[in-house]
Amino acid sequence: MPETTTRPHQGHFFASPEQAPLQVVDSIDEGAAPASLWADAWQNLRRRPLFWISAALILLVVAAAAFPSLFTSTDPRFCELKNSLDGPSGGHPFGFDRQGCDIYARTIYGARASVLVGVLTTVVVVVVGGLIGAIAGFFGGWFDAVLSRVTDIFFAIPLVLAAIVVMQMFKESRNILTVVVVLGIFGWPQLARVMRGAVMSVKNADFVTAAKSLGASRVKTLVRHVVPNAAAPVIVYATVALGTFIVAEATLSFLGIGLPPEVTSWGADISKAQTSLRSQPSVLFYPAGALALTVLSFIMMGDAVRDALDPKARKR
Amino acid sequence: MAWYIGRRLLQMIPVFLGATLLIYAMVFLLPGDPVAALGGERGLNPAVAAQIRAEYNLDQPFLVQYLLYLKGIFTLDLGTTFSGRAVTSVMAEAFPVTIKLAVMALVFEAVFGVAAGLVAGLRKGKAFDATVLVVSLLVVAVPTFVIGFVLQFVVGVKLRWLPTAVGSDVSFESLIMPAIVLGAVSFAYVLRLTRNSVAENLTADHVRTATAKGLSRGRVVNVHVLRNSLIPVVTFLGADLGALMGGAIITEGIFNINGVGGTLFRAIQQGQSTTVVSITTVLVIVYIVANLLVDLLYAALDPRIRYA
Repeated sequence: MPETTTRPHQGHFFASPEQAPLQVVDSIDEGAAPASLWADAWQNLRRRPLFWISAALILLVVAAAAFPSLFTSTDPRFCELKNSLDGPSGGHPFGFDRQGCDIYARTIYGARASVLVGVLTTVVVVVVGGLIGAIAGFFGGWFDAVLSRVTDIFFAIPLVLAAIVVMQMFKESRNILTVVVVLGIFGWPQLARVMRGAVMSVKNADFVTAAKSLGASRVKTLVRHVVPNAAAPVIVYATVALGTFIVAEATLSFLGIGLPPEVTSWGADISKAQTSLRSQPSVLFYPAGALALTVLSFIMMGDAVRDALDPKARKR
Repeated sequence: MAWYIGRRLLQMIPVFLGATLLIYAMVFLLPGDPVAALGGERGLNPAVAAQIRAEYNLDQPFLVQYLLYLKGIFTLDLGTTFSGRAVTSVMAEAFPVTIKLAVMALVFEAVFGVAAGLVAGLRKGKAFDATVLVVSLLVVAVPTFVIGFVLQFVVGVKLRWLPTAVGSDVSFESLIMPAIVLGAVSFAYVLRLTRNSVAENLTADHVRTATAKGLSRGRVVNVHVLRNSLIPVVTFLGADLGALMGGAIITEGIFNINGVGGTLFRAIQQGQSTTVVSITTVLVIVYIVANLLVDLLYAALDPRIRYA
């Protein structure tokens, strides 16, 4: 059904005259500021159930990462061998793993490592990749030739492969920060490409020419006018990439070269579950389920935001 | 076109040099002395250590080491492992298995991804489409190693349909499950790519024309929709072959396959730097060449793209 009502700050009206009585058209306040891309997208996003589901899930995981004690009073590192592989019991809804640790508490406390690695790596990748992509796309010429080749070089080395090689070297000093730096160093090229493409498609727009002819400096034009308008695909990519980095951290921890053993992490717990799978499948199920749900919520969020920002998909 | 190929080949040179330099620096410049580690707890006799360093050019300045290594690549002399085996013979043993595995994974994701994506795209918004989309999201969200365990446990241990691990004799049957696990994530991408592209092409003008002039539904779908929809899929599959070979580390570990991934992971753990550098370099070359071929293929497949 086409929209026939005016939304707040709506700047454009495309309904046919039959659907839109003249007084409705007349009632548009031409003095009002036109709706920005973001306000439009927010209007659209609010009506998507997928957005609310993924937002709720992300909020839940972030809350578990920030305040795990809100969800459980059991210490994830308090383990009694006499409970080894026991099923669920009062106060221990998910049962116990091989060491006799409470699986529910470990699943809750495991959120912190994943969320920290995911968020911090995404920040590193957005800053490094965004900067390189924006400069390459906006200034072109030699900047572009050199920066694009540097991007290609890092792009040619698969993320997990590079991370394994480097993490093996940091045997003694592995912590969340080293994982973030390693994933960040090899994770930015894809984002730089997205940013470069977006900047190049925006930089010839009329409002950029206007800003330039009004005397704005090149750097100011880039920061104030080009980057905000090129941000949409970058945000969508970064949301989905956040999930990928969480998986990459779990893969490294699974191989035993990610986070140190004293950090509670879903990847390490899944790795340990290998030996208990036959007798007690829930040892694998809960950490793997939590990991998958977290990644899934970021992918769904990225999908919802992309659809909301894409006018072609919005009409549906 | 020739000019474009030439330019792309020239662009490959700095990428190749940069990537190999980066790999070499990652392995040899970062902390951790591979030679010292050889001696274990007691440490190596200094004279022996010096001799090993000289043999592997580790006593030279870093750039000289790198240049000697480049020379090795071009003369196909990749040196020996620390236990004295030629790296080329280690690779000759490992690569055929992984190539077999990667090709099987590619066939799996291409056949099933395109088929499911086509049906979902033709029935967009229906039950099959929704189911397939949810499944593809789950496959992307669940890490490869979890898919690997669960499949190994259910299909191999419980149902006993397929062998759980691959031994020294690599049979086609034993590689089926690893190939499915390796190709799972890309299968989800191929499916979504095909679905979106088919759904978009269905509304294109040339498809309406084809229907209007009375062609059968089958011919419209096969010739006019599917062929055009496959362009992005083919390019994805081409680039994926390189990624699959590099991504086989996890899968080969779970199913105990003696391929590139397993060899590489063991070499990394044992500090066999020469093996690590050589295998990684070959993987990167495969990746770069696959991407180049895909770019050229893109131009050949899509008549709208012309490179001046």
